[in-house]
Amino acid sequence: MEAPLRKRKSKGETNAAGYLFIAPWLIGFLLLTLWPIAQSFYLSFTEYSLLEAPVWTGTDNYVNIFTNDSTFTKSLGVTFSFVLVSVPLKLFFSLMVAIALSRSIRGMNFYRTAIYFPSLIGGSIAVAALWRNMFGLDGYINQVLAWFGIQGVGWITNPDTSLGTLILLNTWQFGSTMVIFLAGLKQIPQELYESASVDGAGRIRKFFRITLPMLSPVMFFNLVLGIIGSFQTFTSALIITKGGPINSTYMYALFLYEKAFKHYQMGYASALAWILLVIVAVLTALNFLASRYWVFYESDGGKAK
Amino acid sequence: MSTIRGKLSSHLFLAAFSLLMLYPVIWWVGASLKKTAELGLPTLWPSTPMWENYDKGWHFSGDYTFAHFFGNTLLMELGNVTGGVLTAALVAYGFGRLNFKLRGFWFSILLMTMMLPGQVTVVPQYILFNKLGWVDSYVPLVLPHFFGGGAFFIFLLVQFIRGIPRDLDEAAKIDGASVYGIFLRIIFPLIKPALVTVAIFTFIWSWDDFFAQVLYLSSVNKFTVGLALRMFIDQFDIQWGQLLAMSLLSILPSAIIFLFAQKYFVEGIATTGLKG
Repeated sequence: MEAPLRKRKSKGETNAAGYLFIAPWLIGFLLLTLWPIAQSFYLSFTEYSLLEAPVWTGTDNYVNIFTNDSTFTKSLGVTFSFVLVSVPLKLFFSLMVAIALSRSIRGMNFYRTAIYFPSLIGGSIAVAALWRNMFGLDGYINQVLAWFGIQGVGWITNPDTSLGTLILLNTWQFGSTMVIFLAGLKQIPQELYESASVDGAGRIRKFFRITLPMLSPVMFFNLVLGIIGSFQTFTSALIITKGGPINSTYMYALFLYEKAFKHYQMGYASALAWILLVIVAVLTALNFLASRYWVFYESDGGKAK
Repeated sequence: MSTIRGKLSSHLFLAAFSLLMLYPVIWWVGASLKKTAELGLPTLWPSTPMWENYDKGWHFSGDYTFAHFFGNTLLMELGNVTGGVLTAALVAYGFGRLNFKLRGFWFSILLMTMMLPGQVTVVPQYILFNKLGWVDSYVPLVLPHFFGGGAFFIFLLVQFIRGIPRDLDEAAKIDGASVYGIFLRIIFPLIKPALVTVAIFTFIWSWDDFFAQVLYLSSVNKFTVGLALRMFIDQFDIQWGQLLAMSLLSILPSAIIFLFAQKYFVEGIATTGLKG
């Protein structure tokens, strides 16, 4: 008779304890995420410059963005090009390097450190300064090209190459993606490879039949976070190119930042943020839908064949 | 492929690739000692090293030296790392070990916030901090780290905690430990390696988080290293040698921490098992 009573009591206690432990996150979520999202949605229907109270303008911001704002179209286009090229490029590179780094040979720690290093200093302004100098008209890169008789261009001042230069910087910093792949590779049971060897499978076959399927959840994780991260690229666009030349690197995050904190059009910027949210949500949802066809989960009882 | 030839080709490839990755950084070291006229040259080392690049760069703003900006940044980091590590551990224990109503629901909300673009919350957050009179102070930069340290870290720690055998908890429970006791005496000590990973990443990411710094700090005396470097870049006539020298110094703290804690980076993530 006593047991169920005690059980119920302890259940109530763990409820309280559970909420006590997650309280820091829960409070932060409510105050710094949920409330701001709601607020941002409301503000997107207003005109607000911080100085006076927000003025309700209905869907004006959205109508203006979609019909009158060529900068919006431009920056969205730039950002999509950036995401489309840099995300696959980074995934491919980091997977190849992770496989190379997953072998156990001597000195591996040194290689891992060297290859991770550029990502460590990643989004920092220091690296943006370095990049801006190296890719300048008479910067280091062009001098090296001149050795081979190639006439360099002003990589960051030429609208044809400026976005490519930022993509190159982004790809150079593939380390975090690579580390996550590396962790995933370590989790693949070696027995799978051994039994495949017994069956006479070669390296390429093992890669496509074992490595790729077993790694697909990690690949999916990297893909989703990579897309979301790329949509928010900010520092390099601000420091290296300032969005130029002729807006060729005017990334969406930079556009939004300038609308909000340079022109103080908080309502307009909020509408831009909501459009970004919808785009990212749709892309993420599509990713999740598509993942059913290519992501393999062990717990589903599937077979790594 | 574990033949000697296979190993040798692995070494050759990795060495070449490491060099390719590090080359811009190596060039950077030499460039920080060059005269402006020499900067574009593909030579690695200047004909006469300009050590004064470091001295002049360090004092460039007149009013403050870089020592001041480094001090500011480290102060901010102290708050960020402390807040992140402590609260992430608490929250992760809650999600990883305790059963409470709607746990699954809140956990999926937590995971969803990882996918939320920061731009959506930044405008209202700025308005909120502005109303509270906290703009141009470190509060907006540091305070958010005290709310669980970020979804990504909580997720990592939850995965780590789930890997710790529950028998340990049961044994402690028999000895009369409460959920708080189990956290303090069993879980917290055991997740220290993962907490080191959290601390390192928090340090490096907030050092690099230029967006938040540029948004919330405007008085020069409160500037972080990143903002000080930006003052350099915005000058009419950029002294590239000095700028590159100071930029190089600015990555030193992260580099040193990374070199000492290198193994945690991979191991810390690997042991947490980032499976679907």
